[in-house]
Amino acid sequence: MLVIQHPASSILHPGMMSRLPITRVLVIRNEQGLHARPAEMFVRLAKQFQSRIELVREGRRVEARNIIDLLTLGAGPGTELVLEAEGDDAEQAVDALVRLVENGFAAEETNNE
Amino acid sequence: MKFSDFICQDAIRTHLEADEKEAAIRSMTTSLLEAGRIQQKDFESIVEAILKREELGSTGIGRGVAVPHTKHPSIEKLVGTVAISDEGVNFDSLDGEKVHLLFLLISPPDRPGDHLRALENISRQLRDDTFCRFLKQSKSPHDVSQLLDEADSNQFGS
Repeated sequence: MLVIQHPASSILHPGMMSRLPITRVLVIRNEQGLHARPAEMFVRLAKQFQSRIELVREGRRVEARNIIDLLTLGAGPGTELVLEAEGDDAEQAVDALVRLVENGFAAEETNNE
Repeated sequence: MKFSDFICQDAIRTHLEADEKEAAIRSMTTSLLEAGRIQQKDFESIVEAILKREELGSTGIGRGVAVPHTKHPSIEKLVGTVAISDEGVNFDSLDGEKVHLLFLLISPPDRPGDHLRALENISRQLRDDTFCRFLKQSKSPHDVSQLLDEADSNQFGS
């Protein structure tokens, strides 16, 4: 992949360019997979952060704040996804989203779907 | 999974008259009843289950699209239908917009994977603006069904 550097921005915003995206591998654990309800929960949480947040499944990259995009991943139980966040609150975002997924979208257990 | 694997062609409706969520869901479920895909004795319980799911959070997922759905023990194989609304249905969508494209899905309780793959297929096609626009402009169930066939044969973006 070609990386385009913007020397000007690194002068104006020292630190911005050196901050690498935070990535974490996620495994979908809930029985139903990443269907509409979990996708909505994921988006709702992701929207609380300012960072760019994306999910990748086998090279397919989607924006984490868009339910329709998340549903295109068709991520069933056991699916590995890479969560990538970049920005001032990237670390907090990744931590919170990982917790949601690793907990199997806890609230989902109570629904009747 | 393709549209033809789960969309019941005889239940596709255009010019949906309902302008509220419950009426739209009833109308779409009725079309599945009329097409012989569900039985009269299960009708109310299916409608109630779909409405109960909506209480957890609207399935109006944005872009003028809703995917009301439920599992139901009377169903042996995933079945769904499409309705197009000209005026838009007030669906408490997550983005606050009215919905024009509705995909209703009923799945057997033990096949969550099929439901997920149907959602995957629907959402992938919906990312394509041309597909969305053509679908919204469909004047007859035949138009819709032709469009879904074209989508099935990859004539729109991924």
